Amino acid sequence: MMEKLLNDVKEKLPESLYINVEKLTKEMKKSDAKKYIEEVLERYGSSKIDPAEAVGVISAQSIGEPGTQMTMKTKHFAGVTEMNVTLGLPRIIEIFDARRSPSTPTMTIHLQPDIAKDEMKVRQVAARILEICFEDVMSDLTVDLLNMRMEANIDENSMENFNLTLEDIQKALKKIFKKEKINILKSGVVRVQSKADKSISYLYHIRSKLKSAHIRGIAGVKQILPIKKGDEWIIKTAGTNLKKVFAIPEVDPSRTTSNNIYEIAEVLGIEAARNAIISETISTLKEQGLSVDIRHIMLVADTMVFSGNIKGITRYGISGSKASVLARASFEVPLRHLFGAAIHRELDDLRSVVENVMINQPIPIGTGLLKLLVKKEEEKK
Amino acid sequence: MNMEIIREKIGSLEFRMLSPKMIKKMAVVKIITPELYDADGYPVDGGLMDIRMGVIDPGLRCRSCGSRVKECPGHFGFIELARPVLHIKYIPQIADILRCTCWECSKLLMSDQTVSTWRKKLKRIEKTKGILEKWKTVGTIIKRCKNITKCPHCGAKQNKIKLDKPSTFYRDGIKLTPIDIRERLERVSEDNLEMLGIDPLAGRPEWMVLTLLPVPPVTVRPSITLESGQRSEDDLTHKLGDIVRTNQRLFENLSAGAPQLIIDDLWDLLQYHVTTFFVNNISQIPPARHRSGRPLKTLAERIKSKEGRFRRNLAGKRVDYSSRTVISPDSNIRPDEVGVPDVVAKELTVPERVTEWNKKHLLQLIKNGPEVYPGANYVITLDGKRKRVMEETKETILKELEPGYIVERHIVDGDIAIFNRQPSLHKMSMMGHFIKVLPYKTFRINPCTTTPYNADFDGDEMNLHVPQTEEARAESRMLMGVGEQIITPRYGLPIIGANEDHISGCFILTQKDRVLTKKQTAHLMSLVGYEGEIPDVKGDVYTGKQVFSMLLPSDFNYEGKSRQCNKHKDCLKEKCESDAYVCIKKGQMISGVIDKNAIGAGGGKLFNAYLKQYGPEKALDFLQKVALLGIGVLDTFGFTVLPSDTDLPQSAVKEIKAILNDAEADALLLIERYKRRDMQPYPGRTMRETLESNIMNVLNRARNKISKIVERHSTEGENFTMTMANSGARGSPLNLALIAACVGQTALRGSRIVKGYSGRVLPHFLSGDLGPTAHGFIKHGYKAGLNPFEFFFHSIAGRDSMMDTSMRTPKSGYMQRRLVTALQDLKSYYDGTVRDAEGNVIQFSYGDDNIDITKPVTEPFDVEKIKERVDDGKTSK
Repeated sequence: MMEKLLNDVKEKLPESLYINVEKLTKEMKKSDAKKYIEEVLERYGSSKIDPAEAVGVISAQSIGEPGTQMTMKTKHFAGVTEMNVTLGLPRIIEIFDARRSPSTPTMTIHLQPDIAKDEMKVRQVAARILEICFEDVMSDLTVDLLNMRMEANIDENSMENFNLTLEDIQKALKKIFKKEKINILKSGVVRVQSKADKSISYLYHIRSKLKSAHIRGIAGVKQILPIKKGDEWIIKTAGTNLKKVFAIPEVDPSRTTSNNIYEIAEVLGIEAARNAIISETISTLKEQGLSVDIRHIMLVADTMVFSGNIKGITRYGISGSKASVLARASFEVPLRHLFGAAIHRELDDLRSVVENVMINQPIPIGTGLLKLLVKKEEEKK
Repeated sequence: MNMEIIREKIGSLEFRMLSPKMIKKMAVVKIITPELYDADGYPVDGGLMDIRMGVIDPGLRCRSCGSRVKECPGHFGFIELARPVLHIKYIPQIADILRCTCWECSKLLMSDQTVSTWRKKLKRIEKTKGILEKWKTVGTIIKRCKNITKCPHCGAKQNKIKLDKPSTFYRDGIKLTPIDIRERLERVSEDNLEMLGIDPLAGRPEWMVLTLLPVPPVTVRPSITLESGQRSEDDLTHKLGDIVRTNQRLFENLSAGAPQLIIDDLWDLLQYHVTTFFVNNISQIPPARHRSGRPLKTLAERIKSKEGRFRRNLAGKRVDYSSRTVISPDSNIRPDEVGVPDVVAKELTVPERVTEWNKKHLLQLIKNGPEVYPGANYVITLDGKRKRVMEETKETILKELEPGYIVERHIVDGDIAIFNRQPSLHKMSMMGHFIKVLPYKTFRINPCTTTPYNADFDGDEMNLHVPQTEEARAESRMLMGVGEQIITPRYGLPIIGANEDHISGCFILTQKDRVLTKKQTAHLMSLVGYEGEIPDVKGDVYTGKQVFSMLLPSDFNYEGKSRQCNKHKDCLKEKCESDAYVCIKKGQMISGVIDKNAIGAGGGKLFNAYLKQYGPEKALDFLQKVALLGIGVLDTFGFTVLPSDTDLPQSAVKEIKAILNDAEADALLLIERYKRRDMQPYPGRTMRETLESNIMNVLNRARNKISKIVERHSTEGENFTMTMANSGARGSPLNLALIAACVGQTALRGSRIVKGYSGRVLPHFLSGDLGPTAHGFIKHGYKAGLNPFEFFFHSIAGRDSMMDTSMRTPKSGYMQRRLVTALQDLKSYYDGTVRDAEGNVIQFSYGDDNIDITKPVTEPFDVEKIKERVDDGKTSK
């Protein structure tokens, strides 16, 4: 009996609500449970969204309206230990534009639970993640045009800081410079000898290559910052590279995230990107002290990703790929769309809102969607 | 105006190119002379203002359709160009076709085999990925063919085609005339066109080279008559005049056999004029200018941008039956009413059809006429003629009025109207209000309804629209009505609610020690409009909570927390020491204080509970009574902001001074250490940045401490400013601290102020001084007054925040516009899915649970809360 009742509910309620109902009814008397379930179904039925409701506009307004109350202050120092991140309106715009990379890319790296509480170990992992370039360990670089070579002093202090040896550097440089000779003198001077037949401009090309030569760590991670959250240590970074970070065994990939939505889509797939859009938007709004219901943000995120690719809310994204010529033309760059339509012989079915506004017809949304069918006399019989 | 009903519905629109044949077909006249009017000021035949193209002068009749001004839609004319010219907007397509087809055989530079595979591919892509993907593929085809130098069909060598922007083509260094190009384009086969992205049914590519030019009707380029009686022509007419003139000259020179040089010059000139007739801001050529030097506004500029046809006239339209004036508050009208000035009421009308039952009433209205208030302005007869009600016409109208006539009567109390304040950022910016006709000249709204409009009364103006059809009125009432909009879909709580004084009033009324005499109670209830009995109480002493309870129905239960709640883990409930536990049982307030959390706009929980239980009609009634009660309480007990609110006892002043001194000392210590380089910089920061961030921290901490002290001292005794802050009516303890004690650190773009002279901001300071005072720390409060340099710093911060606001508004406005255009076609379906205009499923169930956030009785939809309600014996049945 009880099971039948619950099964009945399961069909009619969304999963998120059903779980709670199941939990609550466990300890109830059957008659109480029945009464309760009836009430839940009744309430749920009367709380459902109306058909033909303009849910898109409601969501757009719900997100857009608090935009006027957001600050534009881009950077922010939350306490001393937090990273610099873009917040407020610029960040929201960045998310919805679906930019290739955010202006301040960061990762939040969680570690496996067994080491996450040990500060020393966390710091060790962090040190391995940080990208070290040759520039970070050298002190002065001289270009010797006469002998076609470069010399740089190795800064022992920073070598010690980064826990590097001269061999490490030689190995790393050899990997990068295959045509040049690499010598490390005992005095701690690195000498890069180019072949004599190369031009001077090539030498300068080598110079910039040497400066940015990758020695250790994960490419793209420019800063690391281990901070304590609760009883756990997590690592915040400036610069992202999820793929490589996931490969580190100490990292807990199930909790580690990036704020680069494209990267997430690439590494974890489009569903993950959708969730990233939602959580990034929510946290930005929350930080500004604005409350917006999650369903609005979900709808925007779903619209951005439903095609399988991330599409921004721009003239190149969603608004530019609409089927209706007039809808596109009324948004931005109308001439391009009109002339394009002419040579492609486009057909506008007038199925969306703006076109119908333009030609003074009822819009196919809300009460404008309904049509009445009249039964003729003879049909009645 | 004849009221013909158009029953035709536009099903779809197809876009194609205009063929010369079509241009000729839709034209009613060939334009042959640049002259506009003859000596009498009458339009010349075959001129640009020919009355066969439509009329703009009253009194004249169109010679094509015989209608008068405003009835005639206008008719096209055409110009026969002496030599063809290129259409500027099709140049890229022309270039593609020339480059991708063979000069000799005009076939696509691709072997037949590859063509057929590509054709299959295109078809497949169109089917699976949609038409937009198809065009991208067309782009790759074009890219491939462009650089092929030998025709795979006839083996002819292909010369490079160079485009000298905007519209001159060279082949192998030799200039191609539009005639050459047109001849080339004619030879391209339909099959090949498809591969180049041109639909064969859309038209022929040679149509991109114009031989005939359509002349827009006079009605789209009307001339205006200046006060001096002089005519001033539209920009388009000017441009067309140029074209006709050049064209005539070219014709003459051609027939006279002029040298090629002159012909070419004229040809180029014609090309220039036709180009600027379409687009007048091509970057390579100077824009055509008016005599005054102003660039002409030609076709492209008419369509483009915010002021263009699309956004100005098509997506948004001007309306009749609307009104706009200044708004002012009136607490004595309901929140879902709007006070309309009588002047406006006599101008705005509602059409009412005459029937047997209302005839008498309507006759009276007509008798009153347009001048006497409940009157009528127009009558529409059975055959759709509109007659103005005037003293002279009154008699006949009264006599002929019969059922079926429509009377446009003045609006009266109880009619519905749509009230709006710009910027209309959300749907609550346009709500349906019931009209209440009042004297004087402003729109009146209840202050409870200001929040959704974001209105205040410092000179704001609002718009009023009167719906004219039965359907529109029904929708305004049942979908847009204030009652239906109380809960915002943004977060599911009431956005309409009590404000400022209403909250302060209820707050002091429901304080623990507040008592009232019977007389006071009766007075308050009379203000509120209370209609029940005043209960008898022992000793005739009423507590504030009892008075508030009188507004509550006897079956109303509520539990909630006020702003003073400390969020203890174990709630003491009724015994809460700060009386923060608001409890109402059976309509009686047992404990707690009414404040913003209970009744305030933007989240009044008590009001929300009331609304869900009794519906919008009663809820708005309740809200108005609460608001009036609040105002009444302030009237009875007195409430004012005093300068002494900001007074601090000597002890507090001393304390604050000590904190400031400590903070300054700390900051100096930090600077000292910085100068000794005895400081660990934060990762990724320089030493200086670390110092700045540390100093900011120290100083902000000091300000917060001071703010706490001020708050503590201001709570002692009666302090009206703190009462407002505590109730959530207005202001915060920080505002008080700014006045009473210390303004604190000013910031420019998020950090201390460092701009100005080298090493210092102002000449008051030593160069290199890093101390708090030298970089914008303001020790004084507003009451004590700022130093000259502090004042200067304060102005810097003020301007910075003003800049921020003025940059933000357009940015967020643009973001919202983009969001709305991207999402406007999404709607929920009967099966609970959300789909866009083409029927693509965006979500399988709206918000994953299909719930409309404005509807649930418990917010949000919470099965546990429903359990509690069931336990309380409350079910929906």
